[in-house]
Amino acid sequence: MTAPPFTPLGIRFANIEKRYGSLYALRRVSLQIRPGELVAFAGRNGSGKTTLLRIAARLVRASSGSMSFEGQNGEIPDPASRTGFVAHATMAYDELTAEENLLLFARLQGIADPRRRAAALLEELGLSERRKSLVRTFSRGMRQRVAIARALLDEPSVLLLDEPATGLDPEGITWLAHTLGRMRDEGRTILMSVHGESEISTLATRAVRLDAGSVVADSSAGSDMHAILTFASA
Amino acid sequence: MALLADTTVLLGKELRTEFRSRELLTTTVVFILVVVVLFSFTFDPSASESHRFGPGLLWLSFLFAASLMLQPCFLREQNNDTLSALRLSVRDPFSIFLAKLSANTLFLLLTEVLILPVFAVLYNVHILAVFLQLLLVLFLGSLGVAIPGTAFSAISAQARMRELMLPLLLLPLLTPVLIASTEATGALLDANPVLRADWLGFLAGFDVVFLTALWLFGEYLLEE
Repeated sequence: MTAPPFTPLGIRFANIEKRYGSLYALRRVSLQIRPGELVAFAGRNGSGKTTLLRIAARLVRASSGSMSFEGQNGEIPDPASRTGFVAHATMAYDELTAEENLLLFARLQGIADPRRRAAALLEELGLSERRKSLVRTFSRGMRQRVAIARALLDEPSVLLLDEPATGLDPEGITWLAHTLGRMRDEGRTILMSVHGESEISTLATRAVRLDAGSVVADSSAGSDMHAILTFASA
Repeated sequence: MALLADTTVLLGKELRTEFRSRELLTTTVVFILVVVVLFSFTFDPSASESHRFGPGLLWLSFLFAASLMLQPCFLREQNNDTLSALRLSVRDPFSIFLAKLSANTLFLLLTEVLILPVFAVLYNVHILAVFLQLLLVLFLGSLGVAIPGTAFSAISAQARMRELMLPLLLLPLLTPVLIASTEATGALLDANPVLRADWLGFLAGFDVVFLTALWLFGEYLLEE
């Protein structure tokens, strides 16, 4: 499948803080993500990974600080339509079939041939035979495949993945690793939260560890990345 | 154009999911039917009494049924975080509201039209001669319920005690709609039926004001 043209985008987090009442989910997080980086965020439960990804997706507003997308010629005002997001929840309608779910979001995203794109993704993800089945009849792993397919619909410039391997079987994980590797090689920017080292996290070009809402480690060097990812799982 | 296109796609989704599950329509039709039938037994609905109490009873049951119908409107989107997926996909967030309030108005209107013949028989009122005018009142009144109802459904879905929150916020606000709709319906069910332009104008004004407010501030209601 030929990928549509896209604008490589970087992301700049400047002194991001997120508070829920007196609780700090993020404390003065500053990161410069370069276009084409695949960043793995590691950290214990509640360390702020999900909040950071939701701020990047512009689903959550930071309490203070700023987040911006940057192209080669400076800040991009609103690339929301070029951002794919896989969350903890599957973001799919139980009362719609897998195909209907993908068609719905493909149409909203203004994809030229939604039916063809949905069919291609369902085929890639091994869901073709169940495309007419309601999502509520799917296993957790199959729902996760639908969630990933939705995020990939318009081949986004920026992909945000919150523990994307959740529920996937080994075959699904291999497919996801292959797809993420291809997207990284094409120059797309990928941010994902992970728990420990896995087939997916080894694709990362950079690892960042969060602890209690703060960045405590950040490296692009292989051995350091290994330490960051494994320490997170310890 | 993007707003219209997204709204059409989302309205299709709302209709498809509802007609597949029939959760909202079944609940509201049964609820209104029970209220209308129960009240017909509590007093003898002779023609004069029906003209006095009928319209108010009808709209009160529509209002309570609407608060039942509106509750799951945004709550459904919380289950699998589909609201986030919609926010990431639509070009104009107002389309999410527009599709939901169109669907809510349509479902409410459908429920009302299904109940009207039962009401006419039980309460001995003639609706055939004024059916089209009645439809106009039902449409404006239902829209007046659905616009703020959809907005408050978005607010209450993210709140604690959400089941209590919606009726608590909504019912006092809808008092003017209830009065205007009851008066306009009452005038149509009278021995000399009249389409009251003043109450219709009031309902149309209410709809325009709240729709504009939703267009201006709706996006903030969707934020986490």
